[in-house]
Amino acid sequence: MVEISLHILDIAQNSIKANASLIEITVVENIAKNILSVTVTDNGCGMAPDFLKDVTNPFRTSRTTRKVGLGISMFKSAAELTGGSFDITSVQGEGTSLTAVFVHDSIDRQPLGDMALTISAIINSNPEIEYVYKHVFNDNEFVFDTREIKKVLGEEISLSEFEVLRWIEQYIENETENLYGGA
Amino acid sequence: MKSLAELEQLRNKTLARVNLRKEDDSNIRVVVGMATCGIAAGARPVMKALMDEIEKRNISNCFVTQTGCIGVCRLEPIVEVYIPGSEKITYVKMDAEKAVKIVNETIVNGKVINEYTIGAAENN
Repeated sequence: MVEISLHILDIAQNSIKANASLIEITVVENIAKNILSVTVTDNGCGMAPDFLKDVTNPFRTSRTTRKVGLGISMFKSAAELTGGSFDITSVQGEGTSLTAVFVHDSIDRQPLGDMALTISAIINSNPEIEYVYKHVFNDNEFVFDTREIKKVLGEEISLSEFEVLRWIEQYIENETENLYGGA
Repeated sequence: MKSLAELEQLRNKTLARVNLRKEDDSNIRVVVGMATCGIAAGARPVMKALMDEIEKRNISNCFVTQTGCIGVCRLEPIVEVYIPGSEKITYVKMDAEKAVKIVNETIVNGKVINEYTIGAAENN
């Protein structure tokens, strides 16, 4: 993956397959602490302890098309390559939470990439699920919550309509720019 | 600055368009493979290009959705086009430019672009 946001797009699919109804994605950038951390938390079905123990192994997968599953193992190695860390916890029937911590100024850290496109793509894949995306940069943060969007749109309009996805993309782009101290 | 007020304005426009959409099964479905393999190969810009072009051309009877691994990862990004009454078309090794052509040729004009199909790729 060339961007961290592509890992996030990929990892979120695991939460969707776990039948989550709420997926929270949090990106924290702290320059003083020199970290960029990504946390994905869902309230899906969780994993059995046996599966969890071995889940970062590329030969551990729930997919049926073949015996290799690279999503989590690639995310973990991307973080560790920078000198960071990776942690995953899961309780069956309650959900799963994983955190990848990257060393912010490591030459091996991928750029965060286009989070606006990642969030809109995740929403488009399953518009009925609720998503909370939070991005913290030093002392500033913004939060995007699909429940607020749905309150405005009402029930007749799906979040997967083109105009809505476009609005979400531009909203996150603008908020991200503001976060970094842009216009 | 995008605001929730703007979203509310958008709501009426979208609602008008959604109400025009036929409730029958004449809609075209475009499916992009978005598992680890597809994403790593560049499925996200392909999906973006498809959606932008469909929106630009104001095509109302077409949906873009996502699926997991289709099973031929070496040919990703893969786009499947389901046109009612026709056989499924599987396009492989997609990029943003090819995606725009698919919208213009296949979705608008109903023509298959043979060189992009899985049949053409597998015969080489």
